[in-house]
Amino acid sequence: MSDRTIIRLSGITKTYGSGQAAFQALKGIDLTIDRGDFIAVMGPSGSGKSTAMNIIGCLDTPSGGSYEFQGVRVERLSRDQRALLRRHFLGFVFQGFNLLARTSALENVELPLIYRRHPAGVRHAAAREALKQVGLEGWEDHTPGELSGGQQQRVAIARAIVTHPTVLLADEPTGNLDTRTSEEIMELLTTLNRDRGITVVMVTHEPDMAAYAGRMIHFLDGRVERDHRNGAAA
Amino acid sequence: MLWNTFLLALRSIRRNVLRSFLTILGIVIGVAAVVTMVTLGNGATKSVADQISSMGSNLLLILPGQRFGPGSSGAPNFKVADVEAIRNQIAGAKLAAPVVTKVATAVYQAQNWSTSVVGSDDQYFESGNWELTEGRIFNDAEMRAGKAVCVIGSTVRKELFGGQNPVGADVRIKQFSCEVIGLLKAKGQSAMGRDQDDTVVMPLRTVQRRLAGSQDIDRIMVSVRDGASIDAVKDQLTLLLRERRNITSSENDDFRVMDTRQIAEALTSTTKILTMLLGAVAAVSLLVGGIGIMNIMLVSVTERTREIGTRLAIGALESEVLLQFLIEAVVLSSLGGLVGIALATVASIALAGVMQVPYLFSAGINALAFLFSAAIGVLFGYFPARRAARLDPIEALRHE
Repeated sequence: MSDRTIIRLSGITKTYGSGQAAFQALKGIDLTIDRGDFIAVMGPSGSGKSTAMNIIGCLDTPSGGSYEFQGVRVERLSRDQRALLRRHFLGFVFQGFNLLARTSALENVELPLIYRRHPAGVRHAAAREALKQVGLEGWEDHTPGELSGGQQQRVAIARAIVTHPTVLLADEPTGNLDTRTSEEIMELLTTLNRDRGITVVMVTHEPDMAAYAGRMIHFLDGRVERDHRNGAAA
Repeated sequence: MLWNTFLLALRSIRRNVLRSFLTILGIVIGVAAVVTMVTLGNGATKSVADQISSMGSNLLLILPGQRFGPGSSGAPNFKVADVEAIRNQIAGAKLAAPVVTKVATAVYQAQNWSTSVVGSDDQYFESGNWELTEGRIFNDAEMRAGKAVCVIGSTVRKELFGGQNPVGADVRIKQFSCEVIGLLKAKGQSAMGRDQDDTVVMPLRTVQRRLAGSQDIDRIMVSVRDGASIDAVKDQLTLLLRERRNITSSENDDFRVMDTRQIAEALTSTTKILTMLLGAVAAVSLLVGGIGIMNIMLVSVTERTREIGTRLAIGALESEVLLQFLIEAVVLSSLGGLVGIALATVASIALAGVMQVPYLFSAGINALAFLFSAAIGVLFGYFPARRAARLDPIEALRHE
């Protein structure tokens, strides 16, 4: 294990319910993620990949095992401490974009900075810069309703990177987009990974999209079935 | 952060102008009702107090009262002899006027008007501070004979005669005809909101015979001589009447001697109780308004579950989400409070004009109403806000 390791899962289990109705979604995951990785997480539904993503994203806590994020034992943190960890180190991109309706692109991108208590001037500048990076210069004042799906996902990505996160977690970011737009989004994620060194962990169903990643992790039945590097990106 | 949250709340209210307006309507009506009621009530109380103090502090009113305790019966009315006794035996009493009041319809040609007919003697005018604008008051002969003559108030004159001079005309009251010999100077509304000028004054005997049909007197007005002690005169009156009414020392008075201060207290306490009751009714509508806010905030939390999930994922703390929704509720309800206060100001000024009571602006009640509306926001916003803050981010993000 190198010191480039930022995420280490050891023996992670997750059980929902109890007694007879108990369902074990994760049956012992061991995984390390290095700084600068671009990972595609794949697997059929019910394989535990979403549960694993929620745990990596500090939105959920494991039932057993240990999760170290940059040396911090996440399973020992309180709800608020995990929120602060997300605020300062993680960025999220969702399948459904999850932008605030009737709110301009600029204000949407500024949202995480509000929670970081940046002054308005700093927020505006940072949000404009982030929108520029995702190719939406000039669209600052448009609301989600006035933007295409691809543009909305770009706004969401701008919102995720405006805080300069260590890790970007994307949950099927192209699930609601057509093939051409999906490729544009994947190229944007690749650029962010390559040029800014942001670690990207992405869940996807589509092998074409997974092909952009440097490393693929396949989940099956609550376990990591296969973990391999893409020849092209290696 | 707090300022941002405040702006955020304003923005979300602006996004849904109609719904926000309907939400705060309950608070608006509640605050407007409470503030208007209390403002008008204070005005009415003040006008009562003012009018009574303008009556002078030297007037005493004697009323028959109920005697309490076992074996009690209704108190008898006063007789003319009681008035005579007061005039003869009580040195401090400058004037004493017997008063009988009956409601009757006065008719002149094609006009008719229901008014209150007062039977008394010449001392009534002086003790009641009445002045004449036309004619004269009745003389001793007319009083002794119980002649059908009357002095009318300006309202009765207006209703029956219009602009005509009424003196010398015959007015029919019930079955008898009565000559108008004088016209009283207008006094305006009484402390109880009654039109004092809506009156016809006749000799006591005339009213007793032709309208009341008895020798009783409803009440006695006593004017205290300048320089005499009001309390001393009250005590003497009480003693005299107890003796005349054969009340033994173990029994309570079956009449009341009230001075203007007591009358003022009795009247203002009535208006105060009314103000409180109306205020309480209005306060219930405030409560209903609060429940309206809670309802809409719960809907809002459900509608915005995904937004809340996103905020939590981005790193919002539980307390920050709680604060956001709480501030939204407080901004909504305070806005309702402000609109309600504005409405109440307009309504109070307008109604004060109609009801002829002074408009008294009270900073206290306005500030209280505003703080109360804000407090309602906190009270009824807390539960929905806590529900929002406690959402599980994963569930919230999955919400459709």
